Amino acid sequence: MLKLDDCLIKNGNFTLRANIQIEAGTSVAIIGPSGAGKSTLLETIAGFRDLKRGQIFWKHKCVSNLHPGKRPLAMLFQDGNLFPHLTAEQNIALGLRPNGRLSKDEETQVQSALDRVALPGLGGRRPSELSGGQQSRVALARVLVQRREILLLDEPFAALGPALKAEMLDLVADLVAESDTTLLMVSHDPQDARRIAQQTVLVADEIAHPPAVTEQLFENPPPSLREYLG
Amino acid sequence: MKHLLIAAGLLSATSAIAADKSQLTVYTYDSFVSDWGPGPQVKEAFEATCECELNLVGVEDGAALLSRVRLEGENSDADVVLGLDTNLIAAARETGLFAPSSISADFALPIEWKDDTFTPYDWGYFAFVYNADASAPANFKELADSDTKIIIQDPRSSTPGLGLLMWVKAAYGDEAPEIWAGLADNIVTVTKGWSEAYGLFLEGESDMVLSYTTSPAYHLIAEEDASKAAAAFDEGNYLQVEVAAKLAGTDQPELADQFLEFVVSDAFQQIIPTTNWMYPAVTPAAGLPEGFETLTVPENSLLFSPDEAAAVRDQALAEWQNALSQ
Amino acid sequence: MAERAQPVSPWPGIGAAALVATLILGTLAAVALRAETSSGFSPADWAALKFTLTQSTLSALFSVLLAVPVARALARRRFRGRRALIALLGAPFILPVIVAILGLLQVFGRSGWISDLLGLFGLPPIRIYGLHGVVLAHLFFNLPLATRLVLQAWQEIPAERFRLAAQLGCNGAAMFRLIELPMLLRILPGVLAVVFAICLTSFAVALTLGGGPRATTIELAIYQAFTYDFDLGRAALLSALQLALTAVAAFAALKFSRGDGFGTGLDRAIRRWDGGTPTLDAFWILTAATFLLLPLASVVISGFAGLFEMPAMVFRAALTSIIVAAASTAILLLLALPMAAAVATGRYGIVELSGILGLAASPLVIGTGLFILIRPLANPTTLALPVTALVNAAMALPFALRILVPAARDVVTRHGRLAISLDMGKGTFFARVLLPRMRPQICFAAGLGAALSMGDLGVIALFADPQIATLPLQIYRLMGAYQMQAAAGGALLLLLLSMGAFWLLDRGGRWHAEA
Repeated sequence: MLKLDDCLIKNGNFTLRANIQIEAGTSVAIIGPSGAGKSTLLETIAGFRDLKRGQIFWKHKCVSNLHPGKRPLAMLFQDGNLFPHLTAEQNIALGLRPNGRLSKDEETQVQSALDRVALPGLGGRRPSELSGGQQSRVALARVLVQRREILLLDEPFAALGPALKAEMLDLVADLVAESDTTLLMVSHDPQDARRIAQQTVLVADEIAHPPAVTEQLFENPPPSLREYLG
Repeated sequence: MKHLLIAAGLLSATSAIAADKSQLTVYTYDSFVSDWGPGPQVKEAFEATCECELNLVGVEDGAALLSRVRLEGENSDADVVLGLDTNLIAAARETGLFAPSSISADFALPIEWKDDTFTPYDWGYFAFVYNADASAPANFKELADSDTKIIIQDPRSSTPGLGLLMWVKAAYGDEAPEIWAGLADNIVTVTKGWSEAYGLFLEGESDMVLSYTTSPAYHLIAEEDASKAAAAFDEGNYLQVEVAAKLAGTDQPELADQFLEFVVSDAFQQIIPTTNWMYPAVTPAAGLPEGFETLTVPENSLLFSPDEAAAVRDQALAEWQNALSQ
Repeated sequence: MAERAQPVSPWPGIGAAALVATLILGTLAAVALRAETSSGFSPADWAALKFTLTQSTLSALFSVLLAVPVARALARRRFRGRRALIALLGAPFILPVIVAILGLLQVFGRSGWISDLLGLFGLPPIRIYGLHGVVLAHLFFNLPLATRLVLQAWQEIPAERFRLAAQLGCNGAAMFRLIELPMLLRILPGVLAVVFAICLTSFAVALTLGGGPRATTIELAIYQAFTYDFDLGRAALLSALQLALTAVAAFAALKFSRGDGFGTGLDRAIRRWDGGTPTLDAFWILTAATFLLLPLASVVISGFAGLFEMPAMVFRAALTSIIVAAASTAILLLLALPMAAAVATGRYGIVELSGILGLAASPLVIGTGLFILIRPLANPTTLALPVTALVNAAMALPFALRILVPAARDVVTRHGRLAISLDMGKGTFFARVLLPRMRPQICFAAGLGAALSMGDLGVIALFADPQIATLPLQIYRLMGAYQMQAAAGGALLLLLLSMGAFWLLDRGGRWHAEA
């Protein structure tokens, strides 16, 4: 269980309160108006922002004092998820061993991750030689080998076309299901949330509301969500 | 960095190998030790007689040389300093770092030399050098009235520059500021050192350049080029006398004296004219090299005693600075 | 705690900065402590300060003002020989002072090429000596550096920005306001400060082109205090003044040039759509090339004959210079890379400042200070080469930092979060991300460092050993021995070596610069 216990995030005039619990293994969409603090919430969980108050627990252990790299999570950002000077394989390998050389066994894992995201044989290419969809697949392959218990997606597929984005989300859903990963993804699009998230957290009015079942939330939206959905 | 340390270690190792012979360290100015200066021949000639190793250490110029010795103070590595001139002698003597050595020789200087500490080894006249096909002014006043362009060196950073300062002061005394004011529009520029000035003159930037009466000898003897001449001024030309002296703190006093004796001997003196391009302090038995007889010899020579030079130096500099900063 | 998480450790850089600060301030202190009596500042020193400030300010302003259109023209145009031209434009900066002075005056002097040309039409020769001459000479030295720094920043603007602006239908002026002006505002204060600080320590150039003692700079006053007056206290005081002026300039520059990198852009050759006015660009490129290349041409022409007259020791000196330059470049990178990384993690302006001090440190003070410090431990003469390499590295450090810091900042901004989230170690980030991402800048800095070290007389003259001479020292010795032609040959050899070292290293990292 991921628990944000009485959390307060402050950044200048911006405030966000969160007091929520997310069951392990669920996929949760985070939705809300622009500027409400969806990305901020994710960055805080990832450890890139400090909490003003409160603590974050994962499986009853406090993680909010851990270095971002030591938290049990992987994150994909809006952009810059790959090092442009490294090949796809090298980028994926960083998920296994950020600081050293791979063993034979680990090299095999990289190859099977490439196969799993349907990029066999493209491991030697650099990001600039890959299409946007292929770049996303490489980033997902890296997440796959990282084997973290939580995956945070900060709209990494926003730049892709609808069909491609749907394809990526399906791939994410498959990967998450296979590895029993807890997924938190920021989204603008109710369709995305409906597509893969059982639950949805609404971020609005300076509050991250407790997760609700996605279908129910959209069928019976509270006023702030209704305003956002238009 | 590691390789540098190794390289440095190797260097000190090579100098340690030679350490069983007695060592004489002589500080001098850089052009003396350069491959084209007297240094290599002097080293060879002295080592042939002394059963020792002569280390010549080059320091920029005469003034920097004295600063180096003062910086090192009483435990200087130097045994002998060679390359000060009369403008620096008073300051050198005042440091108390130099010891008498009473070398005597039949000096061929245009003036009488009496000093038991500082031994002259060569001398020359400062003079303006020009292209022989042009005409030269006869004195500073004529130069100031003409539109002849000259390049001079800065007295604060150059030996000839300081020489010129003394020259005008010795010739004109209290009138020096007016002379400088008159010269201001003749001076193309003032350079840091002799090399810049002479290089610019050879490129044609000026009609004359402050140098020595012996400069044309270089062009004549080394380049067989008789196109340069030096102007004798009728006020007299200022002398530069270059001297060597033993340091009081030397651990090789006998060897140092032996070197100073060598300095006024034929073996040393015959090297000087065509390497340092100055007159030898003692005329060698074989006489001056062919070509030196063609050089301009001023009728009068001017020279402040070391004490006079020290006394007028600061005022003369202020006058110079003032006149040329208008 | 989490907010302070950085992908790379600032500590090695802080250590390197402390080392550099110790070198510069420690040598200054050594000189000051060795002083017996001191006369303090004289009215002449104040005059020197005034002149130094005037000429440095003017030189910096003109260098930077002219560098902008030249760099813009070079950034926009693709033409045959562009690379060679950019490399050649860097040459004046690395020429030994005396060679540069002779080259400049062969073109602009009383009997220079321009005056000769004017003479054909019955016009009087141009008057080069004076404040304008000083500024012109400093322009000759620093315009290329300023142009390279600005050009580099220009090429670091992501191609996407230009594409976006082109898509919006921006013309040249709008493109300038939208993309280029913010970049310039970010980078120009730093470039101004660098050129200002370089000109602050000018001595022989200012004196010769200034035409007389009214062009006395602080550096000349330091030299005078050392050798003419042997007043170490005043030398140290003047040197401290020089450092303080540079620190003020650097602080101002750091304050004004704060700002973020240019965001993410993929590695792609820059293509622009604003067109601009080709004739205007051609004008700037031609003018700059003529101004900078004519004096170089004169160095080449007068050196050519001498090239075959050079005695063997010149080549030995050349070899020594190459070794010193290689060592100096290695030291430079060992200092500059960790320092750039530290600055990139933010809040370490003091590190950058300590790097900039190298610009204003008087070589005479560093050399003398090192001499005082080394002498009780070892014979300074035997350490002449390592000391020269070290001091040359410290002197080149400010340039290296100006080149490396913006790039390092950019890499940390772009890739820092990802590295942290991957739990990448700080050493790994340095070696696997920072260094490869900064390759072009590292190679440029290394090339510049090697070339500068090659051409710099540095402190070798203070420690000189007759057996060991670098090429610049040997050139001075040749001139001192009337061998002007051989010296000119040596200068040409030096020019070739410096340019060769620069070209070789810089080529290793060229990216974006090609069409």
